[in-house]
Amino acid sequence: MARIIVVTSGKGGVGKTTTSAAIAMGLAKRGHKTAVIDFDVGLRNLDLIMGCERRVVYDFVNVINGEATLNQALIRDKHCNNLYILPASQTRDKDALNAEGVGRVLEELAKDFKYIVCDSPAGIEKGAHLAMYYADDAFVVTNPEVSSVRDSDRMLGLLSSKSRRAEQSLEPIKEYLLLTRYSPDRVKLGEMLSVDDVQEILSLHLLGVVPESKSVLNASNSGIPVILDEKSDAGQAYMDIVGRYLGEDRPHRFIEEKKGLFGKLFGSK
Amino acid sequence: MSLLDYFRISKAGSASVAKERLQILVAHERSSRNQPSYLPQLQKELLEVVRKYVNVSQEAISVSFEQDENQETLELNIVLPDLQAKKS
Repeated sequence: MARIIVVTSGKGGVGKTTTSAAIAMGLAKRGHKTAVIDFDVGLRNLDLIMGCERRVVYDFVNVINGEATLNQALIRDKHCNNLYILPASQTRDKDALNAEGVGRVLEELAKDFKYIVCDSPAGIEKGAHLAMYYADDAFVVTNPEVSSVRDSDRMLGLLSSKSRRAEQSLEPIKEYLLLTRYSPDRVKLGEMLSVDDVQEILSLHLLGVVPESKSVLNASNSGIPVILDEKSDAGQAYMDIVGRYLGEDRPHRFIEEKKGLFGKLFGSK
Repeated sequence: MSLLDYFRISKAGSASVAKERLQILVAHERSSRNQPSYLPQLQKELLEVVRKYVNVSQEAISVSFEQDENQETLELNIVLPDLQAKKS
């Protein structure tokens, strides 16, 4: 049985696409056949983050409209044979996506894939709504910052009322918190909401904390999901997240600031 | 905790302010999110009925919905202009 994961946040720029690319790659690397879909119609970007922008021929909307088959539109990832990307359309037609069409494509994917990752656009418009509508699990990507936390809470409200599972009174979507762009040293100084603060406000199950990291920009610059940068803190954080999602017990890392011996003896700053 | 922490002047960071503001805001938004969707319509129709008999303004009537663990309360508050009386 395929599992549909939506990566959502409400607010833009918090790391939805970075997270979608990373966890899709992570799941595929762990041996699960995974598809990742870009729902941001008109503002396609997952292809760039995955490094397959020059191989896009057909897109999600082409498949919905019957202008291409799913197999024609799916792009096989060059790093991992288990991973396929379905790019968004660059059309300016706001009604290009519809619930029936999206449902049909997901159903067809579910026959062949173990995990389907839906990269939601920002906002609460149609694309965001359809990205979450069929989800089984939701990864709520949040920055430790007031507007992001508020928007995440708004998305939680929508997940519990405007999804297929809510409408059909099925078991609710499983919601997980992914706290990204976290700076433990700023938290220590009292300048940034801590992971405990955010968890307390949103009362969500924490799947992982991704530290603010130079490796994320490096990864997107080169079009290689950051999870493949196994030496980087962000890459390791995403690997932990994938492991936890798959049911492994992994202690949380990157919540405490890094300290050298000198720092340990004489203070952090 | 390092030795120097004891001598450092602790300054209140802005994170605690952020947390407090968010807690209030999120609680407020969650309570209004759980309100039944018929509430605005109910308020409008009630106002029409009351206006058949008494000339009250839009602000004179308030409808609030509260949810506890085991009960839901719908509270109507109508302020009558001349009598200055409150009916609940």
